Amino acid sequence: MSTASRSGFGRLALNGAAGLSLAFILMPLFFVTWLAFFREEIPSFPPQGYSLKWFAAVPGNKPFVDGFILSLQVGILATLIGLALGVPASLALVRHRIVLGPAVNTLLLLPLVMPGIVLGTSLYVFQIETEIATGLPVLGSVAGLIGAHTLVVVPWVVRLVTASLAGFDRTIEEAAQNLGAGPFTTFWRVTLPSIRPGLVAAGLFGFVTSFGNLEMSLFLVGPGRTTLPIAILQYLEWKIDPTVAAASLIQIVLIGAAMIVTDRYVKLSRVV
Amino acid sequence: MARLSIEHLRKSYGDLTVVDDVAIDIADGEFLVLLGPSGCGKTTTLRMVAGFVPPSAGRITIGERDVTTLPPWKRNCGLVFQSYALFPHMTVAENVAFGLEMRKVAPADRAPRVAEALRLVQLTGFDGRYPRQLSGGQQQRVALARALAMEPDVLLLDEPLSNLDAKLRQEVRVEIRELQRKLGLTTIMVTHDQEEALTMADRLVVMEKGKVRQIGSQRELYERPADRFVAGFIGRSAFLDGESLAPGRFVSAGGLHIACAAATGQGGATLALRPERIAVGSDAAGLANRFEARVEHAAYLGALIDIHVRLSEQDQMLLQLPNRQGFAEPRPGDSITIGWAEDAGLVYALES
Repeated sequence: MSTASRSGFGRLALNGAAGLSLAFILMPLFFVTWLAFFREEIPSFPPQGYSLKWFAAVPGNKPFVDGFILSLQVGILATLIGLALGVPASLALVRHRIVLGPAVNTLLLLPLVMPGIVLGTSLYVFQIETEIATGLPVLGSVAGLIGAHTLVVVPWVVRLVTASLAGFDRTIEEAAQNLGAGPFTTFWRVTLPSIRPGLVAAGLFGFVTSFGNLEMSLFLVGPGRTTLPIAILQYLEWKIDPTVAAASLIQIVLIGAAMIVTDRYVKLSRVV
Repeated sequence: MARLSIEHLRKSYGDLTVVDDVAIDIADGEFLVLLGPSGCGKTTTLRMVAGFVPPSAGRITIGERDVTTLPPWKRNCGLVFQSYALFPHMTVAENVAFGLEMRKVAPADRAPRVAEALRLVQLTGFDGRYPRQLSGGQQQRVALARALAMEPDVLLLDEPLSNLDAKLRQEVRVEIRELQRKLGLTTIMVTHDQEEALTMADRLVVMEKGKVRQIGSQRELYERPADRFVAGFIGRSAFLDGESLAPGRFVSAGGLHIACAAATGQGGATLALRPERIAVGSDAAGLANRFEARVEHAAYLGALIDIHVRLSEQDQMLLQLPNRQGFAEPRPGDSITIGWAEDAGLVYALES
């Protein structure tokens, strides 16, 4: 066998494997999308016909709409708080020799790798204990939920912002100070804009992580106050009509659009 | 613009002293160059003037203001960084306007000053470009314009030309110097490039190991170097170790007796000779000191020829001869006559 045909075979195998993996990843997306357009209430293959009525049903479904609004609120606030905490933490980790720096870094990244169930259970217990100790209504409150979501946002911020800061040329900060800018102005006008791609990526991924979080939130939501993923789960317990698929598709399209728009301003591929 | 005075400036990190008792006075409008090998403390000195390094001791005064403990943003020193340090997310005009903005100059008043600064560095029309769209030389000019726009009391240049290619460096050198003269800017430049220092400076400060070795004009440094380091660092010198026996008498380590006006009888010493003061062959006739030397190595450098010669078992010297027309390059093993006048050499006591 000649070298050319062997490398041709290798390439074919590689492309094949890549294609299979991609198909594997896209399969659920494809089926959700397909299902959202089925006409019948109980999906069967092949479908009896197609319809847009499930999309029309989503805005009329109060749990979905309320869940969407709550998820949006929690996601946005948790992202903002996560940035406010994560950026200073990243600065400290990258720029100062702090005691146990690597340990702190690992600790901040930990919520990302910890299973949601474990995180949810721990926070549930923690919030109950806090409630007993202080008498404040923590469990089931929006604030408690935001606090928990902040925990899963912070790792994204720390990871992406420390990466941006590591390649940051600090002489431009000195240049700003030389030109008359104090430390705060320097940070605001020079440091932050320079790490903007990292910040935007951190915000986006933090928000998506919060928005899609199911396992942890299950433990922490209160009666009549559920996030969108939980509302979808609850709906699925009673019905399996394509409303869920339609709601999911809307969510996917919204997040996809957000990423495309963001990528126009900041090249996400360069940061992540 | 203002005069600048540095008194007893010292910087230590633990036991390590990187700047040691530096004292320099810079006149209003003077172009002073700090010159020295890397690690000599010149950059640390500049950064102390700019306010980025807090001095361990000493005083820095700009005009009548004692700025020793002021933070960088209150010093009004325009600094041009080696890496230019332009703000990548701002246009050229925004970069240049930054200092004015920080000084609360009204937006309407900024525009003409930005335009003027860009005109000075011949970058009119580049206002809307971003730094990444400019060549290295253009970025360097923007950095200079940015420093000039804020009308600093002192201009500080930290190896501003070292990132430019050789041809551009020569042009920019002249441009900076002309601009500095025209605007009457009190300027300190740091460099390790001797030629750059000599062509640009009004006065030079030679530093080594944190200490000022000598301050003076080009001519003073070359013709009367204060010590052996300066004699070897500014231009070239041929050195002979030996002993200064008595006034007018020097004896080399290899036992050669040399008539030397600079010898005073100070004991162990080094005799330094500028290469152009050493005559070769028939030119050496009639000079007070004449020796037969054996050529060990010769290197052809175009306008000059470097010749390493041995005068005795323990005496070696480097000669630099102009490559005159028809000059036959000596070969290793050749014997030549070299000589120099009694007043040619300088004598430095051996450093402990």
